[in-house]
Amino acid sequence: MPEEYEPKIVAFFCNWCTYLAADLAGTSRIKYAPNTRVIRVMCSGRVDPQFVLDAFAKGADGVLIGGCHPGDCHYQEGNYKALRRFRLLQRLVSQMGIEPERLRLEWISAAEGDRVRAVIDEMTAQLKALGPARRSHAEAA
Amino acid sequence: MSEMNGTVRIGVYVCHCGTNIAGIVDVKALTHYAAGLPNVAVARDYKYMCSDPGQDLIRQDIRDQHLNRIVVASCSPHLHEATFRNATRAGGLNPFFVQMVNIREHDSWVHTNHAEATLKAIDMVRAAVRRVAYHEALEKGRVSIRPEALVVGGGIAGIHAALTMANAGKHVYLVEREPTIGGHMAQFDKTFPTLDCSACILTPKMSAVKNHPNITLWTYSDVTAIEGYVGNYNVTVTRRPRYVREDLCVGCLECLEACVYKQAKVPDEFNMGLSKRRPIYIPFPQAVPQTPVIDPETCIQFKSGKCKKTCIEVCGDRHAIDLYMQPRTEHIEVGTVVLATGFQTYDARRSPYYGYGHYPNVYTALEIERLVNASGPTGGEVVLRTGGHPKSVGIIHCVGSRDENTNRWCSRVCCMYSLKLAHLLKEHTGAEIFNFYIDMRTPGKGFEEFYQKLLSEHVHFIRGRVAEVTDASLHSSEEGQLVIRVEDTLAGFVRRIPVDMVVLATGLEPRADAQEVRRLFNITCSNEGFFLERHPKLAPVQTFTEGIFLAGCCQGPKDIPDTVAQAGAAAAEALALMDAGYMETEPNTAYVVEESCSGCKTCISVCPYHAISFLDERQVSAINPVLCKGCGTCVAACPSATIRQHLFEDEQIFEEIEGILEYA
Amino acid sequence: MAPYCYFPGCSLRGTGIAYEESLLEVFRLLHLPIEELRDWNCCGATSYMSIDEGSACVLSARNLALAHKGHYRDIVAPCSACYLVLRKTQDYVERYPRIGRRVEESLGPGRLRVLNEVRVRHPLEVLYTDVGLAKIKAHAVRQWPGGKVACYYGCQMVRPYADGDPDHNPVRMDELMHAAGVPTVDFPLKTRCCGGTLTGTMPPVGLRLNEILLAEAHHRGADAMVTVCPLCQYNLDAYQADLRRRSKTFSEMPVFFFTQILGWALGSDPARLGLKRAISGRKQIAQWFPKQRAEVAAHV
Repeated sequence: MPEEYEPKIVAFFCNWCTYLAADLAGTSRIKYAPNTRVIRVMCSGRVDPQFVLDAFAKGADGVLIGGCHPGDCHYQEGNYKALRRFRLLQRLVSQMGIEPERLRLEWISAAEGDRVRAVIDEMTAQLKALGPARRSHAEAA
Repeated sequence: MSEMNGTVRIGVYVCHCGTNIAGIVDVKALTHYAAGLPNVAVARDYKYMCSDPGQDLIRQDIRDQHLNRIVVASCSPHLHEATFRNATRAGGLNPFFVQMVNIREHDSWVHTNHAEATLKAIDMVRAAVRRVAYHEALEKGRVSIRPEALVVGGGIAGIHAALTMANAGKHVYLVEREPTIGGHMAQFDKTFPTLDCSACILTPKMSAVKNHPNITLWTYSDVTAIEGYVGNYNVTVTRRPRYVREDLCVGCLECLEACVYKQAKVPDEFNMGLSKRRPIYIPFPQAVPQTPVIDPETCIQFKSGKCKKTCIEVCGDRHAIDLYMQPRTEHIEVGTVVLATGFQTYDARRSPYYGYGHYPNVYTALEIERLVNASGPTGGEVVLRTGGHPKSVGIIHCVGSRDENTNRWCSRVCCMYSLKLAHLLKEHTGAEIFNFYIDMRTPGKGFEEFYQKLLSEHVHFIRGRVAEVTDASLHSSEEGQLVIRVEDTLAGFVRRIPVDMVVLATGLEPRADAQEVRRLFNITCSNEGFFLERHPKLAPVQTFTEGIFLAGCCQGPKDIPDTVAQAGAAAAEALALMDAGYMETEPNTAYVVEESCSGCKTCISVCPYHAISFLDERQVSAINPVLCKGCGTCVAACPSATIRQHLFEDEQIFEEIEGILEYA
Repeated sequence: MAPYCYFPGCSLRGTGIAYEESLLEVFRLLHLPIEELRDWNCCGATSYMSIDEGSACVLSARNLALAHKGHYRDIVAPCSACYLVLRKTQDYVERYPRIGRRVEESLGPGRLRVLNEVRVRHPLEVLYTDVGLAKIKAHAVRQWPGGKVACYYGCQMVRPYADGDPDHNPVRMDELMHAAGVPTVDFPLKTRCCGGTLTGTMPPVGLRLNEILLAEAHHRGADAMVTVCPLCQYNLDAYQADLRRRSKTFSEMPVFFFTQILGWALGSDPARLGLKRAISGRKQIAQWFPKQRAEVAAHV
């Protein structure tokens, strides 16, 4: 890779838990890798599989979905739906040749600011080691 | 259908937030970049966008530049989304044409590399600019708020909140799990720093609750279910059977004396097990309601069916005792809820090195409160479990607080109550008193002065964390006493201090069932397990669930003055909602585009609020916007993208994704 | 059943030989197959750990690797320090890559690998968990002649890497004693320091700590002390003559390994329990075990 490759992660964070946890990481001045870009949704259940596929298609190196812990969803069950879709997405995405580390679902509650850091740092490190999701045609061949 | 209607003219505003953002993100470069994006008519940066002049920029530009979209790159939308929406509306533009970009909490505050942080901000602003083009004009929904309130928990917090709201003319249901209201405060002897008698200041309020025409008091009851939404909660309360009828009992208490148990045998919960009660009992003499309770676990009639039932006999014509009483379920509708469920004390057995439960003369602070109390198990005489009066007492601070191994937080009240107990014990016994502390935390009004008073009473203060309480003596002078081993950090050596009585200043914890309760009410807890407030500074009594408020120690350890203040605050916030009579709801509900609905019914079962129904005549689904809470799960589930969500349209999110990755 | 792998460590071959003798007896009487680990080496406990953690872990790890190679499932380390350091090594190898690598490099040439599938056990825990109190009680055939005992656990068994008993009030040894019909006394100093190596390096400090323990045991009405660690046993046993010289009120008492007492209760020939190895309290031992009188008196 000509210049230093930095993975780009598109993150879908649910408004009530993970987004707030990321806010808490901010107010606590916890430092982590700058590779994620957060898209706010009200609930992880809003994450349409098409969003994930579109993200990969448009060049994302990783997609991270953040929701409330099972049993704690602000809307009761949305996170369970997210989990079901995630399982199918995992299979679909691996069939396309995308490594499993690139798609990740995490349960992070509003009080877990440090967990946001841990997950993002870990995922960034993994994706850095894996390289960019989009390879040149020559490499793929 | 969300699409770009007409020419889109976007105003982008980049906030410096002092140096909070500008110190890491290159705000000038960001603004310059934004100015060059498609559809952006004007891009500005300013020191404090949320300030009046900052908001003025938006208002002015909407008029002068004919803007129809606003992007503000600043802090978290949780903080100022409402601010910028209001500013936009004041400028004459529908407030939902605003999109915020979080470049503070999610960027400048968490990253150290300026270049990377700026790059991230650029990606995010680009995404927002693309998204906002697809925003549409929306109006907030309105939901009416019922004027009834529910207060859960009848301690001082619940009592004060209930009285405040009842005085304002609202009907309040006060539900308390114990047979009487009063909570922990009823157990205290004197309160710091004034040394007011706790019961004397509490009982008038308890009485006021009982007599208030606007308060329905249900003791020995639990909230078992709650459904609905802000302003319209349907609550199920289960009332456990006392086996004594509140409406018929006159409170003469003759049944207590008449019980066949001549000797009380059951450990008395109110007196922390230091005395015994009978199966028919009243927690304390000033209990509200003044109605006894029969404990079916220990009552002979319940266990064997063969009791003389002298209690019923002595009740006579009143017929207040009903051994066949069944649990009752009540269904009520309320507009707001105040949670005031209180705390529990740390279980001192988790610190076995202090010998609680092993050595009889090791007590917890609550046990001492009962011991020194004139209406306590010994009439206020400080008698050791092994008999006699103590000539020396050691009070150990921070038991189960400020401790990596147990609870990390400071329980806030223990230094003050330890000083108070030192004073009371000295007053009652004349003993030599030692307080073992880490720091003396006496911040409130009159608190430092109280500490000074204790110093002048010749109480010994040793700064050191007690390592162990043991009965293993090294000298004959220590025989028969409890030896406290501690490093006196100010003097610089380890000390052995033999005492007759040890008092453990146990900390405050969330109640054991806090997790169940918070799930019931759909709120969250902090890491420590206390109920989570919406914002520690700006919204300390609100939760993330509209209409549900917090008061007292269930939200975090605090003393009585702060509890009452917070209870008043919670009541005020609840009253504000109920008095307004309505609340505006965020227009992020889902809706069905009938023309493309094929009637597959995938969405119906997916909604946890049963907001989606199937219209048989038209064979399409329909969503009730009042019941819909805007989670978006049905939107993602709909196979034909027929269901959409305001504010979170598919197109808007796709634009955000592609905006982020445009230069991937 | 798979045999237990026995790791003696240096102390059980030296000053703690009575521990080995009685331990093997107990296992024999309970029909628990046990085999010594072949080619075992020093576990690297105590001093080495403070000087060079990496090397100490290598020493420990070699034993674990040998145990794994020998297809053992459990390795029993009676010396509390060996026990602790073997368990600590299992954790360090996974938690600290620096140490993991060092161990791998050092053991590699011998075609040895540390895999943490071998469970490191202490005989106290093995008897408590695998055998169980009920079985001990059922197999106990004899009354203990020696009066009450004070169970002394020492510090290692309640440190973070040890397994099971609560740190401030361990009870397993007391419960095993009760199952074997041996009365115990309440002994609050059960985890107080015995002096460790200080009895050698700073005698005034070490001896004083010893004195406190023995005096308290006596004060509580114990006729003997029981322990699980060879260093504790040695400290408490070896210096009682010095303590008697320091204090007129000091009275001697024997210090046993718990396996010696259990062995007796289970019906072992007392000659096989290493009773003659005792340094202090020989008068009491001779009194309680009259048949051993000769050998106890004869032992220097």
